[in-house]
Amino acid sequence: MANVALRNVRKAYPNGFEAIKGVSFTVGDGQFCVLVGPSGCGKSTLLRMVAGLETVTAGEIDIGGRVVNQIEPAERDIAMVFQNYALYPHMSVYNNMAYGLRNRGMARDEIDRRVREAARILELTAMLDRKPRQLSGGQRQRVAMGRAIVRQPKVFLFDEPLSNLDAKLRIAMRVEIRKLQRRLNTTSIYVTHDQLEAMTLADVLVVMNGGRIEQIGNPLDIYQKPATTFVASFIGAPPMNLISLRDSDIRLHTQPAEAGILGIRPEDLQMANGAVPRDGIALELTVEAIERVGAETYVYGVRSQQGALPAVSSKPGELPPGEILVRIPGQSGPKVGERIRASAPRDKLHVFSADGGQRIEL
Amino acid sequence: MVEHEGIRRYVAHVILWIGIAIVAFPVYLAFIASTQDNAAIANGQMSLLPGDHFLETYYQTIFVGTSGSTREPVGTMMFNSLVMAMLIAVGKIAISIISAYAIVYFRFPFRMTIFWLIFITLMLPVEVRIYPTYKIVADLHLLDSYAGLSLPLIASATATLLFRQFFMTVPDELLEASRIDGAGPFRFFWDTLLPLSRTNMAALFVILFILGWNQYLWPLLITTRDDMQTIQIGIRKMITTTDALTEWPIVMATAVLAMLPPVFVVLVMQKLFVRGLVETEK
Repeated sequence: MANVALRNVRKAYPNGFEAIKGVSFTVGDGQFCVLVGPSGCGKSTLLRMVAGLETVTAGEIDIGGRVVNQIEPAERDIAMVFQNYALYPHMSVYNNMAYGLRNRGMARDEIDRRVREAARILELTAMLDRKPRQLSGGQRQRVAMGRAIVRQPKVFLFDEPLSNLDAKLRIAMRVEIRKLQRRLNTTSIYVTHDQLEAMTLADVLVVMNGGRIEQIGNPLDIYQKPATTFVASFIGAPPMNLISLRDSDIRLHTQPAEAGILGIRPEDLQMANGAVPRDGIALELTVEAIERVGAETYVYGVRSQQGALPAVSSKPGELPPGEILVRIPGQSGPKVGERIRASAPRDKLHVFSADGGQRIEL
Repeated sequence: MVEHEGIRRYVAHVILWIGIAIVAFPVYLAFIASTQDNAAIANGQMSLLPGDHFLETYYQTIFVGTSGSTREPVGTMMFNSLVMAMLIAVGKIAISIISAYAIVYFRFPFRMTIFWLIFITLMLPVEVRIYPTYKIVADLHLLDSYAGLSLPLIASATATLLFRQFFMTVPDELLEASRIDGAGPFRFFWDTLLPLSRTNMAALFVILFILGWNQYLWPLLITTRDDMQTIQIGIRKMITTTDALTEWPIVMATAVLAMLPPVFVVLVMQKLFVRGLVETEK
């Protein structure tokens, strides 16, 4: 049981590349913290620094009230689950779990008790004598989890542990991990690039980009009030529509002077032929494509009045310039080529400064 | 179509059998010759069927030796060869796996320089550095000893490179997991890296054992005492006789005996070797 605190942590490589540019946050005792961000944002590096596998260039990492910068990974009282599981291929499942305990000189019957208990929790009892190569992906993942929990560490570290599993198993294991963490009540830090995993697992969500923290908070707060356009487009699938206010004729009722970018989530847009909601906004769209996924329908439209105006910079995960995505429930919807009007009430609008850096409260 | 396949297969088998015959016939001939009477071989009237001197010839070869040229039974020579080949194979594997471990997993000054130095020695075979090596071994009073036979041949750039390449394919996460599990450098080497290298070591042992067994030039130079000579030298000495008839049955029996240990090593190690190729454990 421990808090984990990072204080202005930096990481620079000898070639001068700065992977982490000053990061501070605290994970409370028993909390599940998820670091999320695109690949290359430094989230794995940060986790490896907490584990002690990477050196810390500047700042402090504090686990349970002890600064661990100079302490070996084995002495930090952490356990880590790796993306490719990193099971010892030549050892049985039992020995994979027992190895770390033996190295600590724990009594044989205590090791046996802990391994069997972990195997029971993870339903691995029948497989204790097998080698990792005789297990399926999901079972290997559970062995990796087992290796972490037999240690009864202060902190669990997860480095994209589910990304090697197929979609169905990933969802099942996601729920398992959450339940297990609740039951053991161990402080956890979990790295992922999957925003759905991040939203569902986190008590504390840390959104990272380019070695910096973009936003920290409760997942739903971040979803409802993204601090920057980066967070707005990264959290939520499909991503938020971002429209440059400078280059278009859209005007908000009482528009803040510094407002530059308007964001509307696809699910907040309504297909309405009637009046525009008071103080809200309405977009005239020509339907370009329709995707029906069963429970809902995605309508891709181009703003009718927009000619060839450039929209907000197109980063990966964002829509092409000028395109607006509307998400409507059910399977009905307009046809391709039809002109529609999508509207959103004022309280569903997000406004950001022109450079996309800051959220502006309406 | 089926018929056509049948003919093709038949032709392929015939070609394979011819190939086997070409390779196996001299070996067969050597074995036959070792069971014949020396006079029959010497006047060129050797039969292609086994003769009746089998037990007698092999007993004399292993325990007594030739009456003239070598003065030592082949049993002693085989023992010398075996000790030398084992020392070379085991020594090479031990030294190269340790140096590869140092080069791959440790950061120390001039690491790459040392790696390149090892690499460059690949270009210096025993024959090129034979004089200085002989001088050193002589100065250390290691002539006519097992240490002198094996030590100079133990360093191996090839094996070091091979282990280095293998270690680089071992995922880094395994090392990191070991660090978190509290295994230091020695434990990681002993508990994880060595078991994973098992199949590589087996393959290398086969190659190096045969290499050591077949050494000729080096033992020829540094052994002068009869009881230290290896079987390869022994065969050569048996053939060149100055004023007596070459004892061909004994020479042939020695050749057959010289073939047995490498064949045995290949047969035993092959299982491990092939299993290593089939299972992909990494």
